[in-house]
Amino acid sequence: MSALIEIDRLSKRFGAFTAVDDVSFAVARGEVLGFLGPNGAGKSTTMKMLAGFVTPSAGTARICGEDVVERPVAAKKHLGYLPEGAPTYPEMTVAGFLGFAARVRGYRGSEAADRVAHAMRLTTLEGVRLQPIETLSKGFKRRVGLAQSLLHDPPVLVLDEPTDGLDPNQKHEVRRLIGQMAPTKAIIISTHILEEVSAICTRAIIIARGRVLADSTPAELSRRGPSLDAVFRELTMAPRPAPEAA
Amino acid sequence: MRTALTIARRELAGYFATPVAYVFIVIFLVMTGALTFTLGNFFNRGTADLQPFFGFVPWLFLFLVPALTMRLWAEERRLGTIELLLTLPVTQGQAVLGKFLAAWAFCGIALALTFPLVITVNYLGNPDNGVIATGYIGCLLVAGAYLAVGAAISALTKNQVVAFVLAVAVCFVFAAAGSPVVTEFLSVRLPVLAEIARGVSVTDRLSGFSRGVVALRDIVFFASFIGFWLFANAVAVDHRKAD
Repeated sequence: MSALIEIDRLSKRFGAFTAVDDVSFAVARGEVLGFLGPNGAGKSTTMKMLAGFVTPSAGTARICGEDVVERPVAAKKHLGYLPEGAPTYPEMTVAGFLGFAARVRGYRGSEAADRVAHAMRLTTLEGVRLQPIETLSKGFKRRVGLAQSLLHDPPVLVLDEPTDGLDPNQKHEVRRLIGQMAPTKAIIISTHILEEVSAICTRAIIIARGRVLADSTPAELSRRGPSLDAVFRELTMAPRPAPEAA
Repeated sequence: MRTALTIARRELAGYFATPVAYVFIVIFLVMTGALTFTLGNFFNRGTADLQPFFGFVPWLFLFLVPALTMRLWAEERRLGTIELLLTLPVTQGQAVLGKFLAAWAFCGIALALTFPLVITVNYLGNPDNGVIATGYIGCLLVAGAYLAVGAAISALTKNQVVAFVLAVAVCFVFAAAGSPVVTEFLSVRLPVLAEIARGVSVTDRLSGFSRGVVALRDIVFFASFIGFWLFANAVAVDHRKAD
């Protein structure tokens, strides 16, 4: 099956600093890719380029075959994206905000209402639907962002730290939701939490200093050392990319 | 266009969800009223028209419109929602147009709320309501021109104070370019520039409208002025969106 997400020699330079350096990989339907790396490794920048927010210095990415640089609007139609920190308009109500996202995506009338209701059901937001987003707790805000990214049932989901700031129960809920959707979608999630990768990802990529250092299944990665933690530290702390340990 | 209108609707609702809208409208109404009746010498002029009002509106807009536009993109940056907005399937142009239309509609609402002045002159005398209508159209176009300038500048800087000061300065250049002080000075020293200065002057264009003259060239001027700045805005957003 052809990949829904193709990242093709993507690079991003900010002045003399190279944030993302010649990164290539592909994600097929049914895969949940965990994107791991220390802070500043280039995870978010790669995701922002994939979402069409940051313009790549070189290379490109394709979502469902649509080039994000050349046909950005077409590519974004297939994409559900949760930006880092899940930004939302604070003065809007949950229903108002999701309704806006639905209308921008071209849904009207009862179809828009159905989409919003469905997204709220998936993320259990019905109880707060008429509350302004600024009055909600961090966990709810995160779920509003998540609901926005799921609204149009996209084949490709890119979630930048979807469980950051959630309590253990909420983390569990989000992971369960991702697991549920996994068979029909190609999903990339970035995270700092290594246990999360073992729990929900079918594949893990470790990135540091803008380069891909490892691309494997979580199980295989943890077999390289005493634990996934140790493997992660060894790979990302090394001044040069560590030689691939068997 | 439908996408731009969806964005505009959200923006406009956003104005009224915060104190911005109410402060703006109240200050605008108090100032226009006060200036028209005191400095404008409304009662002693002995004519039933809104000339003094239309004379003050562009100068009020000079300060109030940049106050409206300074947060237009800076706020999206601060909240991070610019990343959300621009990763939805919208073009930069639609986002720029949507924000502009919302701000313009808002200025239209503020202008419409000065209707008691129209009722007053109609009660006191027999004004030419056609001239009043064209005067309002002219004011709306001036607001649009300042908005387009302010919005483009707001896309260039993260700092709202910088956006405000720069927008006032640039709008002032276009407002003052047609004033006698500037044109007389230039026509003595640099006659070529004097013509250009009059040509780009926003207030000079408005004087036709407030006399009841709607000239095609003035409409074309405002349309291309707004179009140019909106285009600059889209380029600026595209260039600096992720900074």
